[in-house]
Amino acid sequence: MADMTAPPASRGPHAPACLELPVAGETMLLDPSGVAVLPESRALLVADLHLEKGSAFAGRRQYLPPYDTRATLLRLAAAIARHDPAIVVCLGDSFHDAKAAARLPGEDLVLLSSLMTGRDWIWISGNHDPDAPAGLAGETVSEICLGPLTLRHEPSAGGGSEGEVAGHLHPGARVVHRGRSVRRACFATDGRRMILPAFGAYTGCLNILDDAFSGLFEKSSLRACMLGGERLFSVAASRLRRG
Amino acid sequence: MTLGRTPAGPYLAGVTEQSEHAPDDSGQTFLPPAFQAWFESRGWAPRPHQRAILSKARAGQSALLIAPTGAGKTLAGFLPSLIALAGRKPPRPGGPKRGIHTLYISPLKALAVDIERNLARPVAEMRLGITVETRTGDTPGHKRQRQKLAPPDILLTTPEQLALLLASKDAARFFADLETVVLDELHSLVTSKRGHLLALGLARLHRLRPGLVTIGLSATVADPDGLRRWLVPQSPPGAMAGLVEVEGGAKPVIRILESEERIPWSGHSARYAIADIYEEIRRNRTTLIFVNTRSQAEMVFQELWTINEDSLPIALHHGSLDVSRRRKVEKAMETNSLRAIVATSTLDLGIDWGDVDLVIHVGAPKGASRLAQRIGRSNHRMDEPSRAILVPANRFEVLECRAALDANYLGAQDTPPLGEGALDVLAQHVLGMACAEPFRADELYDEVRLAEPYARLPREDFDRVVAFVATGGYALRSYERFARIRQTADGTWRISHPSVAQQYRLNVGTIIESPMLTVRLARSGGRGGPLRGGAVLGQVEEYFLEQLAPGDTFLFAGKVLRFEGIRENECFVSPAADTEARIPAYAGGKFPLSTYLASQVRAMLADPDSWSKLPGQVAGWLRLQREKSLLPDRDNLLIETFPRAGRHYMVCYPFEGRLAHQTLGMLLTRRLERIGARPLGFVATDYALAVWSLGDMGAMAGNGRLSWAALFEEDMLGDDLEAWLDESFMLKRTFRYCAVIAGLIERRHPGKEKTGRQVTVSADLIYDVLRTHEPDHILLKATRADAAAGLLDVRRLGEMLQRIRGRIVHRALDRISPLAVPVMLEIGRERVEGGASDALLAEIADELVHEAANG
Repeated sequence: MADMTAPPASRGPHAPACLELPVAGETMLLDPSGVAVLPESRALLVADLHLEKGSAFAGRRQYLPPYDTRATLLRLAAAIARHDPAIVVCLGDSFHDAKAAARLPGEDLVLLSSLMTGRDWIWISGNHDPDAPAGLAGETVSEICLGPLTLRHEPSAGGGSEGEVAGHLHPGARVVHRGRSVRRACFATDGRRMILPAFGAYTGCLNILDDAFSGLFEKSSLRACMLGGERLFSVAASRLRRG
Repeated sequence: MTLGRTPAGPYLAGVTEQSEHAPDDSGQTFLPPAFQAWFESRGWAPRPHQRAILSKARAGQSALLIAPTGAGKTLAGFLPSLIALAGRKPPRPGGPKRGIHTLYISPLKALAVDIERNLARPVAEMRLGITVETRTGDTPGHKRQRQKLAPPDILLTTPEQLALLLASKDAARFFADLETVVLDELHSLVTSKRGHLLALGLARLHRLRPGLVTIGLSATVADPDGLRRWLVPQSPPGAMAGLVEVEGGAKPVIRILESEERIPWSGHSARYAIADIYEEIRRNRTTLIFVNTRSQAEMVFQELWTINEDSLPIALHHGSLDVSRRRKVEKAMETNSLRAIVATSTLDLGIDWGDVDLVIHVGAPKGASRLAQRIGRSNHRMDEPSRAILVPANRFEVLECRAALDANYLGAQDTPPLGEGALDVLAQHVLGMACAEPFRADELYDEVRLAEPYARLPREDFDRVVAFVATGGYALRSYERFARIRQTADGTWRISHPSVAQQYRLNVGTIIESPMLTVRLARSGGRGGPLRGGAVLGQVEEYFLEQLAPGDTFLFAGKVLRFEGIRENECFVSPAADTEARIPAYAGGKFPLSTYLASQVRAMLADPDSWSKLPGQVAGWLRLQREKSLLPDRDNLLIETFPRAGRHYMVCYPFEGRLAHQTLGMLLTRRLERIGARPLGFVATDYALAVWSLGDMGAMAGNGRLSWAALFEEDMLGDDLEAWLDESFMLKRTFRYCAVIAGLIERRHPGKEKTGRQVTVSADLIYDVLRTHEPDHILLKATRADAAAGLLDVRRLGEMLQRIRGRIVHRALDRISPLAVPVMLEIGRERVEGGASDALLAEIADELVHEAANG
């Protein structure tokens, strides 16, 4: 039986253990919740929130529980509380569609605003949300540079992008061990480029061995940092399975 | 199926009738001359049960007919309709077209087609001028349309098609002339969600046509009254249809295979008996070999061919094989050109299978009524005894076979009890009824309670289901503007848009297939070249392929195959030179030991006098157990503890089936953890449960730190169960099924899956969010009910805990007991599902750290 994409909820009093990793020479702190932190610039990066995905489905009369935005924001709030960043960068597809920001329930809007208060907030535009979210603060850009890193939504084609940090692809990885298959969302990096896992409550994964990832990474140094409840599991590409 | 082959004369079958006002029939039921002549021209006469059903139907009384295979059940079901239709006045020219008179519903498409063929003969020979047609998922669109405009007199269909017909706008008109509903294989339908859907459909038919006559056809069941209630509107509650019961004909001749070979301690392969089975095939004309699982079928088939020196035509048939391959085998079977066929439950229902003269059943027969069904296959005539041989695959199965054999002679019946109607099915039905016509909640609530499974439905649950259908039924009411159905000013609920009806049609039904991948032979594209597709061999469950790595070999379609990889929805394989597959793929325990058989087995263990009926080596094994430890008796629970290889083991023998034992294992380990016994794992079989730990459980019981009575206290089914359930992967899988049936998630349609993981939202993610934010949502309630009943066998576990209270017997041993050997052999062969997957990931990650440190 395959394990599920979502890691078990974090338990216990201990703060989850982060994994430190260099990307293009810049130190990056990977948090098991799925956000990344750049200590140098006190920035917290998060990809593919897909807020209001539930209500987007409801519009097609598929009534997914209307709590995905709440669930996503509460997890993000916990990550922000842990790292207290000066700047938060959302790497695109923060909203599931162009009207999603306008559909935010009042309480969730209050929660999001409280997270944004007292820090800089960057919305990088994605294919789901090409325009600035209506009625929300923060700056909307197509990409930004932080030190040696370039932050954008969609990874550029080819392996030559030293220092690119992106989202969009919802990376996931699968390993088989002792006859059991475990599939999890993951950070994918070869030390030069980094792709963040999707953070939204209703976002699935795409296996990093899938064709969509081909050519993006140096295969020999590719690692999947798979999300666990309390820690990350760094697995070399040679141990990964398709599917 | 045949319409009647028994010549007139002394009846072999006895008939008993029960009804509040049984008409005095005594064989005098009037038959129209055409029918009388038709019977006589063949030297036949209607059998007593056929007459009994006829006179009941004429009196407007619904009835349940319980009869063994070959008793002419189907003719009994149709005779009243054929006679009534033959006696109709011809339609007035230019007058309104007549609607459907009789609806026949069967669980299988194939059965409907079979019946159509079998009815054609008497209808043609008597020149009755009655039209008979099928309507199934395979019926082409133009024929469906025509059937709506010019319906046949008799329509043969399935529960899903009935739901679709009832959800269409012209349903009331379409069924305006309906007089009779014939329900075939009722015993197999009623215990599933399909049965719930059908019961709700029947409730609607009863409302459209008060006085409707229903005729249920069934094999023997444990609780006929449940089925009798099921057939008629439950108003007043408890109302029952009449009962006509035909006792079995000649008793079957069944024996247990006696082999010179050693019977294995455990496992399910029955390899030891292959030579004996082959010998039986040689001795008989056509042998049907039944097994419990697909992988068993593959294994037995392959083993038979390795010793098939005479090249006897032996074929394989199971549900995963490609349809064209299956059809080929079926054709060969009909023309009697096969000597043996190895089959799984795909052949379980009463389809005619040529002239089988021997049935061999490999593995535990899991319940006497399943056995009765299968034995019925051999020799479809009631007047000749059918012959069967049971082949136990291991020593416990010898006991089980012996018990089943005794049970069959005793006529014991142990079909599962009818459960309460599922709420996800109700949700689907409510939407269907809204598609048909606007409904009032009060009226629909009264209507669904006419259906036996929903007769006790609380109003609150009904209202929550309606709210679920409308907008998802969430406490946070944010989807009102997207509603599927809306309450309008006149108080009725209506669909908000015609596309809702279309959405309903695409998602109707309660059968959720586990995701399957096509297995295709890869044509060599050169080394490392792209895989190119060759012949399709069949389909295999996605979860099975999850555990394979390229290069692994497994058995499928009678061959050892090498797994090459997965491309989209296809699994590519190549023929392997190996004779032994590396991945065993055992998925046993699908049909748990029935409660009745379990108690028979316990009784046999407790009664050494009965051991003389067992093979010598099995009796010897039991004697050894008596000497070294103790034998469990009929009502107690034996617990043994012993050390082995640095660990401490506890083995108990509840005999309640693997599901119940697995649930027990999960709950016991939680408790053992709490009292500091440091449990490490457990393994469950149909008969026993073994738990191992670092702490010495035997010593802890000795010094009072562990009390068996407290450990096995019934209250484990309260909080512990709830807590465990919520984290259980099984609950997630159940949730997915419920969510699809209820219409929360759309069904995967063949050919449309290519949209990939990102487009559909995984049921697991939905489950996690819903459980955190609205744990008492109606769909979670439905999910827990399902899991408790089906997946976890909680009811059975509860009954067991009650039975053994104050009757726990503990033996502290210094070594493993003979009875414990089979379950101990399963350790390592089984993976404990639902264990911490983070621990697995940690092992991989740490393994790599190790490599890095030492490399």
